[in-house]
Amino acid sequence: MDWLNAIVQGILLGGLYALFAAGLSLIFGVMRLVNVAHGDFIVLAAFLALVVTQSTGLHPFMTFIFVIPLMAGLGYALQRGLLNQTLGHAILPPLLVTFGLSVILQNGLLEIFSADNQKMDAGPIETMSLTVAEGLNIGVMPLAVFVIAIGVITSLQWMFYGTALGRAFRATSDNQQIAQLMGLNNRHIFGLAMALALVVVAIAGIFLGMRTSFDPSVGPGRLIFGFEAVIIGGLGNLWGTLIGGILLGVSQNIGAQINPGWQLLAGHLTFLVVLAVRPRGLFPKVDG
Amino acid sequence: MPEPVLLQTHDLVARYGDFQALFGIDFSVSAGEVVAVIGANGAGKSTLMKAIIGLLPSPAGSVLYHAKPIGDLAAHEITHLGMTLVPEGRQLFPSLSVEENLVIGGQMNRPGPWSVAAVYDLFPVLKQRRHQPSTSLSGGQQQMVAIGRALMSNPDLILFDEVSLGLAPIIINDIYAALPRIIEQGMSAVIVEQDISRALAVSDRAYCLQEGRISLEGPSGCLTRAAVNHAYFGV
Ligand SMILES: Nc1ncnc2c1ncn2[C@@H]1O[C@H](COP(=O)(O)OP(=O)(O)OP(=O)(O)O)[C@@H](O)[C@H]1O
Ligand SMILES: [Mg+2]
Repeated sequence: MDWLNAIVQGILLGGLYALFAAGLSLIFGVMRLVNVAHGDFIVLAAFLALVVTQSTGLHPFMTFIFVIPLMAGLGYALQRGLLNQTLGHAILPPLLVTFGLSVILQNGLLEIFSADNQKMDAGPIETMSLTVAEGLNIGVMPLAVFVIAIGVITSLQWMFYGTALGRAFRATSDNQQIAQLMGLNNRHIFGLAMALALVVVAIAGIFLGMRTSFDPSVGPGRLIFGFEAVIIGGLGNLWGTLIGGILLGVSQNIGAQINPGWQLLAGHLTFLVVLAVRPRGLFPKVDG
Repeated sequence: MPEPVLLQTHDLVARYGDFQALFGIDFSVSAGEVVAVIGANGAGKSTLMKAIIGLLPSPAGSVLYHAKPIGDLAAHEITHLGMTLVPEGRQLFPSLSVEENLVIGGQMNRPGPWSVAAVYDLFPVLKQRRHQPSTSLSGGQQQMVAIGRALMSNPDLILFDEVSLGLAPIIINDIYAALPRIIEQGMSAVIVEQDISRALAVSDRAYCLQEGRISLEGPSGCLTRAAVNHAYFGV
């Protein structure tokens, strides 16, 4: 039963990892940008949510009313004001600039909030659980995160393949010059993509802040989990990203079951094995 | 009575880095006119199209459209003014289905006669393939999608860059057969074409480019074979 428990909890943890990963995947898909500061933006969103609950008394769940528009606006402004200038034929400038952003965010948060561990109090829901079978309990909170992750990925999938904005994202990703001939301003399109990615980041940050404790330094770790989930699942495939997150979560929990110190190692090993056996991930997008 | 000038370039130059591809081009298209651009490989025909549509930067006053300077505008701004390009090599969006390629061409919502239904009417074969990935079509069908996608923006001026490239002669005939129905609504067109006789046959006026300069210009019916050969090959 311990093993089954580890696997089930791992699956639910995978939902959180998929939330970390979805924004990363979206940005890479639309503009081939690897956002090294992605994890730090998740942490920034968690701190924003913390400030909102503390100053308004809102339940952490409800902080999205403020955190989502703030992060979306930040994403659009950041893309138009800074990141668009780094995009071109070279791969290095966006990496360097987002790495710089990562350093700035971590130190800025450290300056304001100190290195103390923070956690948002979600109230009784934190300890609620459903007993599925004898010895197998599912926490309501992890389950909620998992359901939200599926909801987010379903919405993104629909947005990409069922809306005019998604069509514009795909066209711009295919060919920026030709997309301009359709009247699409790719700088604006990229701004919208970053805004959308930071909406997902806002959701991820809020749940990060409720599920676990956090401090200004945990961003890069979230980036790694998100990155591994994207690569395991296959670039450009959102459902693949969810499965990647689940595999990562399950591996980590099985590793921890064997030896508590092996949790992270087991996740990284799974990532390396997938990378070695299927370098393009388990479900790569077929190139047209 | 000459029609008003729709598009005009003044001393237009274009560069790729240090390499200069166009040298002082004066080019014009009147309302309702079909203008051919011929020239050997590398003469600068595609470069001229890209400079006009805004994919290559130029000073504001070097391109006038509807008498307004547009040289410094970006391509997405120029397309909003009612000009579009059917790019060389078709360049469909591989992630989009046939129909999505058409729909995105019309996303500016410019009013006019062209709609998805009108394009299917012009190229009926596309209707059966509307939900297929655009890359699964034959070359000729892909060219039809590229033309339809450009028409969807209901432009006043449409630039065709070598629509016959890599297609079988019979398919090329099909494509050119659609031209009268495209321009009958009053749309002006620029046709870049390697096939000199076809270019002269479908156009009112023609320009010949040679190494980035205009080497010959005149009404298509009046250009003699010898003059064209000389302008084309420089012999
Ligand atoms: N992206 C580019 N970078 C550098 N040089 C280029 C580029 N595109 C074209 N050129 C050069 O500019 C010149 C004109 O090219 P262009 O494509 O306009 O010719 P073209 O008349 O369209 O030829 P074709 O009939 O082969 O299509 C050529 O010498 C070409 O090598
Ligand atoms: Mg060309």
